[in-house]
Amino acid sequence: MSSTQVSGAHGGATRRDFLYVAAGAFGAVGAAAAVWPFIHQMNPSADVLALSSTEIDLSQIPEGMGITAVWRGKPVFVRHRSAKEIEEAQAVALADLPDPEPDAKRVQKPQWLIMVGVCTHLGCVPLGQQGDFGGWFCPCHGSHYDTSGRIRRGPAPKNLEVPPYTFIEENRIRIG
Amino acid sequence: MAFQTNNRIIKWIDYRLPVFSFAHHSLIEYPTPKNLSYWWNFGSLAGIMLVVQIVTGIVLAMHYTPHVDHAFASVEHIMRNVNYGWLIRYMHANGASMFFIVVFIHIFRGLYYGSYKSPREVLWFLGVIILLLMMATAFMGYVLPWGQMSFWGATVITNLFSAVPYVGDSIVTLLWGGFSVDNPTLNRFFSLHYLLPFVIVGVVALHLVALHQHGSGNPLGIDRKGPQDSIPFHPYYTVKDLFGLGVFFIFFAFWLFYAPNALGHPDNYIPANPLVTPAHIVPEWYFLPFYAILRAVPDKLGGVVLMFGSILILFLLPWLDTSRVRSGRFRPIFKQFFWVFVLACLALGWAGAQPPEGLPLAISRVATVYYFAYFLVILPLVGWFERPRPLPASISEPVLGAGKMAAQPAREKA
Amino acid sequence: MRKFMFAAVAAFLSGTFALAAQAAGEQDPAPSRSWSFSGPFGTYDRAAAQRGFQVYKEVCAACHSVKYLAYRNLRDLGFSEAEVKAIAAQYEVTDGPNDDGEMFQRPAVPADRFKSPFANDKAARAANGGALPPDLSLIAKARPNGANYLHALLSGYREPPADFAVPEGLHYNPYFAGKRIAMAPPLNADAVTYADGTQASVDQMAHDVTTFLMWAAEPKLEDRHSLGFKVILFLIVLTGLFYAVKRKVWADVH
Repeated sequence: MSSTQVSGAHGGATRRDFLYVAAGAFGAVGAAAAVWPFIHQMNPSADVLALSSTEIDLSQIPEGMGITAVWRGKPVFVRHRSAKEIEEAQAVALADLPDPEPDAKRVQKPQWLIMVGVCTHLGCVPLGQQGDFGGWFCPCHGSHYDTSGRIRRGPAPKNLEVPPYTFIEENRIRIG
Repeated sequence: MAFQTNNRIIKWIDYRLPVFSFAHHSLIEYPTPKNLSYWWNFGSLAGIMLVVQIVTGIVLAMHYTPHVDHAFASVEHIMRNVNYGWLIRYMHANGASMFFIVVFIHIFRGLYYGSYKSPREVLWFLGVIILLLMMATAFMGYVLPWGQMSFWGATVITNLFSAVPYVGDSIVTLLWGGFSVDNPTLNRFFSLHYLLPFVIVGVVALHLVALHQHGSGNPLGIDRKGPQDSIPFHPYYTVKDLFGLGVFFIFFAFWLFYAPNALGHPDNYIPANPLVTPAHIVPEWYFLPFYAILRAVPDKLGGVVLMFGSILILFLLPWLDTSRVRSGRFRPIFKQFFWVFVLACLALGWAGAQPPEGLPLAISRVATVYYFAYFLVILPLVGWFERPRPLPASISEPVLGAGKMAAQPAREKA
Repeated sequence: MRKFMFAAVAAFLSGTFALAAQAAGEQDPAPSRSWSFSGPFGTYDRAAAQRGFQVYKEVCAACHSVKYLAYRNLRDLGFSEAEVKAIAAQYEVTDGPNDDGEMFQRPAVPADRFKSPFANDKAARAANGGALPPDLSLIAKARPNGANYLHALLSGYREPPADFAVPEGLHYNPYFAGKRIAMAPPLNADAVTYADGTQASVDQMAHDVTTFLMWAAEPKLEDRHSLGFKVILFLIVLTGLFYAVKRKVWADVH
């Protein structure tokens, strides 16, 4: 609301201006508050939030094999690593890594590698046991990941993300 | 006072695309009669309600599923899981009623003050088209929750078209996309319910173009004689409209927050069941007068014709009203018939909610006869025989002469 | 003339609301009761709603589903997360298919919807002499005067008048449309044992389960009431300011 349209010729200019500012400010606050529900409705709804954990039974996965589970609509790679893979992952010098991270920080038990199967470049799903480092390879734009899921070559900036998970039993994890 | 600014970016754009000049011209300097009463608030209120319905509707469409197996559940999902979904859905459902309240008042204002008379006939036609589009949109929107009233309302209303001679059944089958109201019907209703509001926006734009061509009418119904009769739209009517909007939103908020289901029907919280018809099918309140006209006629085709005719007759109104005086204020005889007409419309609304028998049926028949007689007989004859009271010389004269009259129109209306 | 108009408007409105009552057909009107959730500041009586949940769980759930509720929703009634998990775990739900392509049973979790007593409507009819026990998620909103109606219906079973014929398999209830209802009297005194020591009279159980069902139908009622109060208060102040500005702006026109 423009207060310049009305001249203050009648003397009560200060009080009048105060009124305009007060009404305008009140209206602006109200309008801003009214916008929030229309934005917040796009955030995850209560039923989506309630489903934000997934349980996985590891006992069925033999060594050297992996499965792809679903957590929050995204693929999660669960790999039972062989001794060779663990060894390779642990042997890499941190200086060789674009996103330096020791293997020990990416796993809770060395034989179980659990990570979100979404390329950190632009969100494609990498292919397992391919690429130049024996880990994963993203076919979209050619990112190579190693046996710890760390980016080694290609456009992706970061290692594959490790989701929050806990071992609720010896062979059972809950993601989320 | 043409549009002026020192902002170079605005100047640069406006020189190439004169949106700022246009907005200035039609929202700020637009010369408006100085004597508009609060009855003139309802046009802008209707515009605001259209925006409210479109915004809430777009949001609801993000969460709604137009499939017979999921529609009802998706509405419950909105009510229970979506953040503020309950608020937005109640806003949309009650907003439809608010929109009709505002538009009905806007129409009756036009009827009383002769807003349809030369040179504003096309402005009036566009308004009637908006009303028809609104009714179609509201009807199809009510089907979407796929409750019992949704389903049976859709069945009954689409069956109206079966009254058309020879091709009626084919038309109904075409509307349904099948042999009963079912998933194809729901899908197309959803598509059209999303489309039509934007058509309404287009017609509203034309409505405004037509309005600004000759300017707003006014309670005296006389043309403006010079600049002393006009004031710029801003700030006078912007602030007056804002005040009216505040009052109206309080009214809206009361329904929205404290009686969100009062204007709806409990049966629509029962999922649609094609095998069981509810004991009493009633449309939403804003269709009740038309529904009463439909049921007042014992003949199927006749009822349908009169129901549609009750709106289409508004297209003839500029020629049916033979009086050259616009404002009902100076028409002592017209005024009486007008208020009886308002009463007849209310009576039709009441009768539409009752079972079609006994007293309600009799009342709906009398009111239907009066409704059409008002347009076809009373208005032409009164225009010829009535002696209007003398019109004031100019808008400024009665404003000055009558002192505070225009300053407190609310009291005059009460 | 204007008084006349007001009378007409009032008559019109009362007619509109009266239609809700008559829509259900031949039945006695449910007496009005006072509810914790009625009125502009109404909230749900948590204790009553929790007791009502117990009544639902131990009595109604034998035949009636509440399929739009999830176990997690019980948090709103004041149950703790652990309690909700424990309640959910009492039910077995079908999930799957697993890696062998088979559907399997597992204990329910809070994110699951309430388990329905019957697999589908046909099974429900078959087990109930052809009558379908309606889903109760929305029942309090799907009947005119919902809360009063539910209480009256649940506590309203009695002997029919001498001249009123009630066929085999139906029961006399003056508050039900047609006064003959397939549902046998569901509540008997002390049908449940309340943990908080409340006497489980028929009237008390009807009251409690009605509170629970109203919450089930309108879980956001409390949010709605409190937000509405703030919004209306704000709008009144804003409108007052707009009115003052309007008076100032228009002062030089008259």
